[in-house]
Amino acid sequence: MANLRGGIEYASQWTLMWHRFRKHKLAVAGMVVVALFYLIALFAEFFAPFDPEEANSRLTYHPPQSIHFFDKDGFRFHVTGYRLERDPHTLKPIFVEDDGRKTDLALFARGHKYKLLGLIETDVHLLGPKDPNERFFIFGADRMGRDVLSRTIYGGRFTMSLGLVGVCISVLLGITLGGLSGYYGGKIDWVVMRVVEYIISLPTIPIWLALAAALPKNWPPHLQYLGITVVISLIGWTELARVVRGRFLAMRGEVFVIAAKLDGCSERRVIFRHMLPSLASHIIAAVTLAVPFMILSETSLSFLGLGLQPPSISWGVLLKEAQNIRSIASAPWLFIPGACVVLAVLSLNFMGDGLRDAADPYSH
Amino acid sequence: MADNVNTNPRGAHDVILDVRNLKTHFGDDDKAVRAVDDISFKLQRGKTLCIVGESGSGKSVTARSILQIVDYPGKIYGGEILYWGDEQMKSGKALDLAQLHPRSKQIRNIRGHEIAMIFQEPMTSLSPIHTIGSQISEAILLHQNVDKEEARARSIELLRRVEIPNPAVAIDKYTFEYSGGMRQRAMIAMALACNPKILIADEPTTALDVTTQAEILALIKELQLAYGMSVLFITHDMGVVAEIADEIGVMKNGKMLEFGPSEQIFYTAQHDYTKELIDSVRKLETSARKMRKSTITDKKLLEVRNVSKIYPSRKSFLGKASDPFKALDNVSLDLYEGENLGIVGESGSGKTTMGNCLIRVLEPTSGEILFKKSNGNISDLAKAGKSELRQVHREIRMVFQDPFASLNPRMTIGQIVGEPLLVSGLASGKELRDRVGKLLETVGIPSAAMERYPHAFSGGQRQRIGIARSLALNPRLIIADEATSALDVTLRSQVLDLMLDLQEKLGLSYILISHDIGVIRYFCDRVAVMYKGQIVETGEAGLICSTPEHPYTKALISAVPGTHPRDKRIVNRHRYVAEAAPGKAVA
Repeated sequence: MANLRGGIEYASQWTLMWHRFRKHKLAVAGMVVVALFYLIALFAEFFAPFDPEEANSRLTYHPPQSIHFFDKDGFRFHVTGYRLERDPHTLKPIFVEDDGRKTDLALFARGHKYKLLGLIETDVHLLGPKDPNERFFIFGADRMGRDVLSRTIYGGRFTMSLGLVGVCISVLLGITLGGLSGYYGGKIDWVVMRVVEYIISLPTIPIWLALAAALPKNWPPHLQYLGITVVISLIGWTELARVVRGRFLAMRGEVFVIAAKLDGCSERRVIFRHMLPSLASHIIAAVTLAVPFMILSETSLSFLGLGLQPPSISWGVLLKEAQNIRSIASAPWLFIPGACVVLAVLSLNFMGDGLRDAADPYSH
Repeated sequence: MADNVNTNPRGAHDVILDVRNLKTHFGDDDKAVRAVDDISFKLQRGKTLCIVGESGSGKSVTARSILQIVDYPGKIYGGEILYWGDEQMKSGKALDLAQLHPRSKQIRNIRGHEIAMIFQEPMTSLSPIHTIGSQISEAILLHQNVDKEEARARSIELLRRVEIPNPAVAIDKYTFEYSGGMRQRAMIAMALACNPKILIADEPTTALDVTTQAEILALIKELQLAYGMSVLFITHDMGVVAEIADEIGVMKNGKMLEFGPSEQIFYTAQHDYTKELIDSVRKLETSARKMRKSTITDKKLLEVRNVSKIYPSRKSFLGKASDPFKALDNVSLDLYEGENLGIVGESGSGKTTMGNCLIRVLEPTSGEILFKKSNGNISDLAKAGKSELRQVHREIRMVFQDPFASLNPRMTIGQIVGEPLLVSGLASGKELRDRVGKLLETVGIPSAAMERYPHAFSGGQRQRIGIARSLALNPRLIIADEATSALDVTLRSQVLDLMLDLQEKLGLSYILISHDIGVIRYFCDRVAVMYKGQIVETGEAGLICSTPEHPYTKALISAVPGTHPRDKRIVNRHRYVAEAAPGKAVA
């Protein structure tokens, strides 16, 4: 291989992995979307135009408004307003487009005050009405006249971060138990694998329901959040443990691992210094594929009313609003958080697939 | 194209395959790998042509180009492959195989029917889910107009031709019931099924033990005479070439460096590379230890007493217990300080198990392994505890066979070589860097390469890095398990010379485990010959390699190919039939 020196031969494993990943267009697109979602979740206050809790009974089920850039006088960044009327036959309140009322919009508009990242006090929002007292609804309004766009952005913060935190707990459990199981084999392996099989054989939803029901209802939101994460990751670590165990089992017999043992490395050093780095890329791929599972779990739990409780906001909580026929008929925009779940899960899956293919040099 | 190119010129009736300016490239832009770069050669009717070269020289791609079975994206880009079969002789017009479409009917008629091929790995080229008989019959049915019974009868006859015992029974066995040598025989039987005019053999004996290799080579020679076939033999082993070749082509980096009759190449080679190839083989027919000053002392370093390694019987699902397997059976050995001990044997003889038991990668079932430590104390490695072993592992080190698998791909070579120093707390920080740099320079790797990862190095360089790692803790004994068998022949003696230089400098002792008699003869003072888990003979290396006592050793030594085309050693080899050998695949 001496004649192949130079260029790609010197690239480290991570660079090689990145080269392969880049070829996977769908995975790169997925990564961009995921990055965008997490960025928005992190700076939710900045991206959301209004306070998600601000209710207005006069604006119940306000329909979505589209943004216009021009009107008959030329450039004007605005949305067209609606007027509340009563249907002359049914007396049902309906919103009718009113060309006379236009709400001017602005980028970096001033609105309600908040603390960016909990540190810097400011009142700048990415998008907002020029007049802070005006309202507009790109994603419509919900049953209590709250802005669905702002709520979706705040909900994303909970759901997306729960995916990460939950996976962290799963990874800790999965790597430790799967690693022990694969490295030592024998009886330890037998016990761990039977536990994993037992957990996998349990029907998931009833177990979640039982565990979630055991959480005290009067816990403050942040404790609730932690409780739900733990409940979900208690199931989620099993798949990871299996992946890690398989890798360890295969690598245990590798010559360089034997060499490390003969070099006098302690078992801890053999595992963490010699085996884990070779597994890191595979583990990252497995983790990326585990995040969507967490997101879907949270959404299902909250949708069933056993996850997070209002006034906390998550995509699952928001979807609960869309549980009845009446909302489907009169306010289909309440499903938008569901679309976000689908988009996030798909993107994460594409990205995970790409990472997995890139991590395995023998995949093609 | 002028017409006279395709017609058979007068006096050239003895050429069956005429390859002219063949070019096979992988990829079609500037970055294309030119695996075969403008080569020409002629294959004579009824003769053997050997194409020899090291890994990556393009010899296999040449063979595959002839049958148009080059793997994607490889493609023939130019040149002619003129085939003169019986039909072509009658019509007086050669068939240019390079012009045929890889999936055309014409080339499929040539493949298997006119030109047959056998491959290196008999395990993967035979289907595991069909019986041997059905695979041979299929080849017959495809190309010849006979019914199934006739095909079966012919298959049995073919198996008899390739000397498979009891062919009427063996025909219904599956691939996994055949041993490696028998599989290669079955492959040859399949290749012979349609009386091909040319047999292309791509490293057919590389995966086999030396005694089996000798049998297969003798068989090919014999069948060639009986069937009047031409043989195109691809190999990297100059010894094999010397045994069978009538003509030789030497390839390097896709070019044909030299082409000519066997004796001309062996005795009056024109090209330096050819000379180097032949010399590196001839060098292994001598002993490097005799030429250097002796380092042997009379102080015992290691004493192995009655060591056995027995894998207990296992009950299968239906409760049928298998016999316990004795990988090592009551083995005893001595090693003196400064001595090089060779352990030689074929695959499955237990030589690697032996090495692994000595360093306690495997636990011996019984016996004693007494090692004299540098502080004078004697430690029984067979029973040593963890901390005791850790100390001993500083003094006994191991060099592994596969230079690609034995270095961690995620660590730089500086980290790899420094690891033993770091974990034993002997050096850290700048001192560690300095010592690692020195170690790398001792084995001929520039210390500036410390930050690179193993994949930037070639096989030979990696093996040097492996040696540097084993030297890090100033060991007294190095166990080298087939340390050179993954290397090309020109690198082999370089690595062995390096190890001998280090021995003089650092006062080391070696245990070299190998299947290669040449390597053992070159490197070792004493040899232990292993067969089926037992040591059948121990003695001075020169004596064992020239006048062995035990009939098995005799067979082993006489099966080693020579380096002089006139010797034809394999034809006159000594055969050893083990008395009631257990584990024979087909009774």
